This record gives sequence, structure tokens and C-alpha cells, in this order.
Amino acid sequence: MSGYLTGVLVTLCFNIIAAYAVYLPMAAGQLNLGIAGFMAIGAYAAAFLTNEMGWSIWPAVAVGSASSCIIGLVIGIPVLRTHGIYLAMATFALGQVIAAVFLNLEVVGGAAGYPVASYAAPAVIFMATAGVMLFVMLLSTTRFALYLTSVKSDSTVSDLMGISVRSIQAAAFAIGAAIAGFGGALYGHSYNFIEAQHFNVMLSVFPVLFVLFGGTQTVFGPLVGAMFFTLAPELLRASAEWRYAIFAFFIIVFMAVRPQGLITTSLFAAFRKRPNGGKV
Amino acid sequence: MLTQQIVNGLMLSAIYMLVAVAFTLAIGVLNFLNFSIPGLFMIGGMVAFGGLRLGLPWPLAFGGALGAAALIALAVERFAYRPMQGSDPETPLVSSLGFLVLLENLMLVRFGSDQQSFPALLADMNLRFGGLVIGIAQLISMALSVLLVVWLSWFLSRTNTGRQIRTVAESRETALLMGVNMGTLVPRLFVGSALLASSAGLLFAVNYQQVSPFMGEGVGFKGVAAMIVGGMGSIWGAVLGGLLIGLVEVLTISTVGANFVNISAYGLLLLILILRPQGLIGQPPSREKL
Repeated sequence: MSGYLTGVLVTLCFNIIAAYAVYLPMAAGQLNLGIAGFMAIGAYAAAFLTNEMGWSIWPAVAVGSASSCIIGLVIGIPVLRTHGIYLAMATFALGQVIAAVFLNLEVVGGAAGYPVASYAAPAVIFMATAGVMLFVMLLSTTRFALYLTSVKSDSTVSDLMGISVRSIQAAAFAIGAAIAGFGGALYGHSYNFIEAQHFNVMLSVFPVLFVLFGGTQTVFGPLVGAMFFTLAPELLRASAEWRYAIFAFFIIVFMAVRPQGLITTSLFAAFRKRPNGGKV
Repeated sequence: MLTQQIVNGLMLSAIYMLVAVAFTLAIGVLNFLNFSIPGLFMIGGMVAFGGLRLGLPWPLAFGGALGAAALIALAVERFAYRPMQGSDPETPLVSSLGFLVLLENLMLVRFGSDQQSFPALLADMNLRFGGLVIGIAQLISMALSVLLVVWLSWFLSRTNTGRQIRTVAESRETALLMGVNMGTLVPRLFVGSALLASSAGLLFAVNYQQVSPFMGEGVGFKGVAAMIVGGMGSIWGAVLGGLLIGLVEVLTISTVGANFVNISAYGLLLLILILRPQGLIGQPPSREKL
């Protein structure tokens, strides 16, 4: 595999992980615009453990992911009191504050950035990404996924049916934070350098685009969205400086034509029904 | 020294205020978090810069910038807002962000990614009161933004169109039943919001004398913060929020340093959202937004 291809695939992996980190809260109706903050927590926590404490990568990544999850739970409980756009903006502010805190934390290099000594090979990243995908897909076959959908569709009815809406929401938010922290922790060890400026608004917003573009109705939407957003600009490389403009143009046209996202449940139904010749 | 900082903060506040009002028009009336507004802000500055570089006189360059923003807003309405009616409430976000990326990259292709210096239109004229320095450009921009907001508030509360807009904000269905022509009102709202955002961009360019394809991002997101701090959907809330965020930003820079700006500005936003989600002078939401 050429270096270029490996590089693109590693980027793709981080985008897929980020997309699933956004997907889980969104399946419960929460728009998380602060995912970069949780990636930063995972990245810095894991890097600190391997650098200063001499831990090996896997336990450090696990602790990084867990700390992101715990912070997501602790901050999520007050933040989840808000709904809709307010929740989106609260997570947005949260992401910005977390990144700014790391920018000023001199223990981990502050504004100068933080070199990470241990290295995670691309093969490790590929495996970890497959693991995250498997985890979310398994989760989507459990009752938990049903709870998420019901909370998203109508939280009042879910409450009446005996689902604890608050704890389902908090759980979805925290699992999303854990996945983001996991991705961040691996990111630091894959590129051997992290800086707070990397975890900016756009890093939070793009995964949301992946998910909405791919479609939120099925578990495959985020995967397809992340693949499109990572690979399409690479394929457009021929028209070097115009590629992002063309790419953005595609997004606009595409969303106007298919507002529900690329992969929808009706698409699956159409495939399933076809052998019978029946209508959808 | 402190008063000087406050004067500088007020200038920044005026810009945030206009952007926040642009956002609040879209969200308060149409329930649409229009992420193309930072792009329109940038268009205000960049197109004016391009026009001046071509040797156009400034009224033409400025008019061109505002016109371009208005046209783009119509395209946003047509391709990002209208097809999304009846789908997931988050989806218009994607296409409006698509417009932001598109605009930024079109400008990037044309002008490059570097910061360009915007020509000084009013030769370095400053008013001095004791130790206090106030630029003429600063003063004019502040006056202009305050005038715009006062006019808009008058327009919304006194004119027939204003009444229609307020009806739509209250209930879309009722407005339709009452004979409000949504087909023309919504595009006009988009244009109004775009004009506010691009004039903010123009004022930014004139005052800070620099433009870049990415100038909209930082200011745009602070504008969203200002809108929410003050209270979403309320014009005077956006004004108050803009003032607070601008002052907090400048005072943070002058006391602890530029790296702390995001902690204080967005920390304030987070605190408000947790303690008083409807914003400082906003009404509690009667229905789910977004």
C-alpha cells in the first residue's frame, strides 16, 4: 500500500470514528456540536499517560476514552436540561471551552502543542475503527437502539411507556463522548503530535455533516457519509484549487435532492422487497 | 487604559450585534440556524475588497458587496431552506454549511488564503478625549450599527411587513391562514438577514483593515453566542448579547491574554445555557426550536 493511500485511509478511519461519536447522541435526538472537545480530552489524557507515566498505548487509550466518557456524563447532565438548538449550542460552547482549556494547560505544552512519543501503526487504527463500527452495529441490534429511536421520535410518549428519558439521553451522550475520546486518543498516537488548535469548530461540525449527509435513519449512514467526505475531495484532486468548491456545491445539490440523507430505511426496504416484486 | 479597552470592546460589540441580529431573524422567525451567515459576513468584506482592488469607487464596491450577499441569500433560501421543509429539523444545517464552505473556497480560489489588507478609506483620523483615542471609522460604524438595529426594531413593530414577520414567528400555519404570502416574505427575510451580516463584514473590513476568506468563522460563531446569551429571537437580546460578548472578549485579552478568549466568551454562553436557557431577556420557548 502506498504511503498516500495509507494516509488517506487513516484519515478516513478517524472520520468514521468521529461520525459514530456524533451518530449515537443524534439517534437520541441530540445534535452534538462539541465533539472536538471530547476528542481533545481523550487525546490529551492518553498522551499524558504514555508520555509522563510510561503506560503502553492500549490502557492509555482506554483511560482516555473513559475520562472523556466520564466528563461527558458529568457535564452532560446539566447540559442535557436544554433541548433542540439550545442543546446544540451548549455542546458547541462546551467544545470550545474544552479546547481553550487545553490551549492554556502548560503541563501538556499549552499553545506550543504536545509531542506524543508512542506510535500507533496504521494497522492498529484500522482494527480499532473496525472495532468501533462493530460496537455501534451490535448496539443497534439491542433494545437500547429502540429506546434511542423512541426518545428521538417522541420523548413524552417514551416517558409514558416507562423509559427513563433522562438516563437514555445521558447514556447516548456519554457513549458518544467515549467514542470521540477513543478516536482522539488514537489520533494523538497515530500522528505523534497534538495541539489544541486542531480541535476547533470545524472538527466538531464536519462529523455532523458526515452523519446528516449519510442519513441518520440507519447505522450505515455515518459510514457512507464519512467515506464520501473523505474520499470525494481526494478524487477531485485533479482540479486542485477548485475541489472544495465543487465538493461544497455537490453537498448543496445533494441535500436539496435527498434531504433525508443518502442511506434511508426506505432504501433498504426497497432492496428487500424487490425479489417479491412487491411495492415498498 | 480600561476605558480605552471598553471603547475597543464596543466596536467589536457593534459587529457581533449585527451578526447576532442576522442570526436571530433567521432562527426566531423561520426556526433555521443559518450557518451561511458567516459566509455572507465574509462576502461583505471580500467582495468590497475585490471591487476596490479593481479600482471601483467605494460606494460601488460596497453596494456590489451588499448586492452579492443578497443574491447569495436568495440562493440559500432556494436550495438550502425550501427543499428541507418537512424533513429532519437538522438537515438545513448541512446545506447552509455547504454554502459556507462553497463561499470560502470560491474566495480562496480568487484571492488566496492569506489575509489581505483592506485599504484605509478614512485617512487616520482620530478623536482624542484626554488619553482616549476613538477612530472616526469606529464611531461611524458604531452609529451605523445602532441605527440599523433601531430601524429594524421599529420596522418589525410598526409596519405591515413587520407584523407579518411576527405572525410567522408565532405560528407558521396561522400566518398562512391569515393570508401572509410566505413565498415572498421568506426570501425577503433571507435578504434582510444577509444585508445585516454583510454590512457587519464591511464594517469589520473598514475598521480592522484586513480581510480573508475565513474571516467569517470566528466572528460568526461569536455572533451565535451573542444571540443566545441575549435571548434567541429577540432583537434587543441580540444587542445585549453582542455587547456582553464583545466586552468580555476585549477585557479578557487585556487582563489575562488572548488564549483565554474562548474560555471566557464560550464559558459565558455555557453558563447562560445551563442557568437561563432562554437567554438574558428572552421568553422561555413555547415550542421546540430547531
